Formats: sequence, C-alpha cells, structure tokens
Amino acid sequence: MSELFSIFIGLALINNIMLVQFLGLCPVFGVSKKLGPAVNMGLAVTLVIFVSSALAWLANNYILIPLKAEYLHLIVYLLIIGSMVQILELILKRTNDRLYKSFGTYLALIATNCAVIGVLLLNAKESYNFVESMIAAIGAGTGFTLVMALMSGIREKLELSNIPEAMKGLPVIFITAALLALAFGGFAGMAF
Amino acid sequence: MSGFSNQFKKGILISNPVFVLALSMCPVLAVTDTLDKALGMSGAFALVIIASNLLISLLRKTIPDMVRIPVFLIIIATFVSIVEMLFQAYIPTIYSALGIYLSLLAVNCLVLGRAEAFASKNRVSDSLADALGMSIGFCLALILISFFRELLGKGSITLFGNELFTLPGLGNNPIYIFSMSIGAFLVMGLLLAFFKWIGVIKDV
Repeated sequence: MSELFSIFIGLALINNIMLVQFLGLCPVFGVSKKLGPAVNMGLAVTLVIFVSSALAWLANNYILIPLKAEYLHLIVYLLIIGSMVQILELILKRTNDRLYKSFGTYLALIATNCAVIGVLLLNAKESYNFVESMIAAIGAGTGFTLVMALMSGIREKLELSNIPEAMKGLPVIFITAALLALAFGGFAGMAF
Repeated sequence: MSGFSNQFKKGILISNPVFVLALSMCPVLAVTDTLDKALGMSGAFALVIIASNLLISLLRKTIPDMVRIPVFLIIIATFVSIVEMLFQAYIPTIYSALGIYLSLLAVNCLVLGRAEAFASKNRVSDSLADALGMSIGFCLALILISFFRELLGKGSITLFGNELFTLPGLGNNPIYIFSMSIGAFLVMGLLLAFFKWIGVIKDV
C-alpha cells in the first residue's frame, strides 16, 4: 500500500511530470490563460492518461511481450492514444454536449501531448503491474492538473502587473515556471 | 539553388525552431543539463526530421488528405524507433542518459509541424533544405542552453569524457539548481528575454 502511495506522490509532487520531468509543457504556454479552461484541460488529460495506460498495459503484456515485439511499443501506444481521444470525443459529443463544447479543440490536441505518451513509456520502463500503472496514471494526471491550475492563477495576476518590455510573453512564463519548480523542489527527498 | 539556401537559412536564423517558434519544449528543457546529452538529442532530431521530411515529401501525392495526420505520426514513430535502436547499439551511454525523451521525439510538435506545414506541400529538395535548416537551428539552440546550464550547474564543461575547462571558483561548488529543472526554465526564460531585448525575436 505504501508503495502505491509513493508512486502517486512521486508523480504528482516530488517528480511532478511537468515541472521536474518536462512532460506536457505545450498546454502550459498555450491554454493556461484562464483558470476554468486550464482545469478542464487537466481533467481531460487525466482521463485520457488513465484509460490509455490501462489499454497500453494490456497491449504490452498480452500482445507485445508474448510476441517479442516490444520494439513496436511506441507505434502501438500512439495508435491507442489517438483512437482513445477520438472515442472520447465521440462519447462526449453524444452524452454531454456542454462539457464537449468547453473542451473545444484541446481534446484533439491531447493526442500529441507528451504527458500522455510519457506516462505510458514510464510505466513500461519501470515495468509496473496493472494497479501500479493505474496509480501512476492518476498521480501524473493530478500533478498535471495541479500545475495547470497554479500556472493559470498566476497568469491571471500577471496580466495586471507591470512587466519589463523584453520579459513580456513567453520569457516571464518561463521564469514563473522556474519559481514554481523551485517550490516543488521542496518536496525532493520526501520518502514514505 | 537560391530556394534551397533560403529554406536552409530560414531554419537557422529567421524562424529558429526553439527560440522563435518556441516549439517542442520537452526535449529542449529535459536534455540540456549536459552538452553531451544536448548533442545526442540534436543528432537524433536531425536524423528523424530529415528522414521523415524526405519520405513525406516523396509520398505527398499518395497520402490521402483525410488520414494524413495518422500517416505522418506512424512514419515519424517508425524513424524514431529506428534511431532508438541505432543509439542503443552504438552509443549506449547517451541512449540511457536520454531515457524516454528519445522516444518522445515521436510526438514532437516540431517534427510533426514541419511534416504538416512544409514537407507535405513542397518539393523534395526544398523539404530536405527545410529539415537541414531546422536541425542546425535546433542543434545551435540546444548547445547554447546546455552550455550555460553545464557551465554553471557543474562548474566545468565536459565533452565526451574530456574535461575542456573549469570555471575558477565554481569547479568545487557549482550552482546545483542549474542542472535541475529550475535551471532549464530559468536559462530558457532569460535567453528568450535577451533575444527579445536585442531585437532578434519580435514577438513571442
């Protein structure tokens, strides 16, 4: 049990997938201008990571490893994520139109988000069992949503502040990310 | 020929993939803590983007428009898998240092972006020039970032096992945060601000 907890905390806080492992950074610079869309994006990514790591685990352990075709895992994972995103889009469109509209085009962009494929590759690299990969998926999703929410909150404040001309736009977001990473660095060395 | 050299120059200076387009941040930030890793990543990036631009440009009339993105993804992922195997066989130390970031080239916005925006619409020679320019631009940016990070974070510059020089005073007690993720964001932010200040970058 404590091992599962440390996998969760590891990916959500100590080795936060965005700030420490640099996975899935594109939406931080693109989407995180307002708190609402940022959190929605975080939840959508969490859902996709969760479902596709379950499928990827099954594909890896029941198809690729018995056939000794592990070298194909990258292509298989890409196909799983791509089709998952398509199916999710269809289901949301039919069942919950309001939620679908609030996601907008972000949903399709998740297909090429490094956070999703990164978690799948990490799971395979650490050879986690099924429960461990599920916990890792939830941990990574939580870490992603947390950072998206924090960044968008800070960016809403930054809009109102007086920033030097050269620092406006991307540079100040990088500096903000550096300070957030410094704060998350405080979790380093925590053990359970 | 002037078309070729124009495409080539564009990737290095006018639309440098890292600093101007600000694309593909994951590999740029993750592998720039040492110069060795940055060079390894640039090599892998160059091989993947040149091979995939070439193949996509050759197949641009054959690939149906409806399914082009999945086709591009599969082509790129195939080349990434090949490069991974080459690295694992010939330079295993760099391969293990790069870890999952090598595989992540498969979903790199830059490689996919050039395939979609350029190679699928242009002649083979132009696509090749575009890929070469982008690779050199990417390599120069990675070298610049990793130079500062290794110099300040380790106190010395080491290239393929040979120590080139040590910064006096920092050799024994370097500023560790520059080799951590904080340093990546900080150096990248400051470099972007510097390029904006001297006017190389107009709007990011």
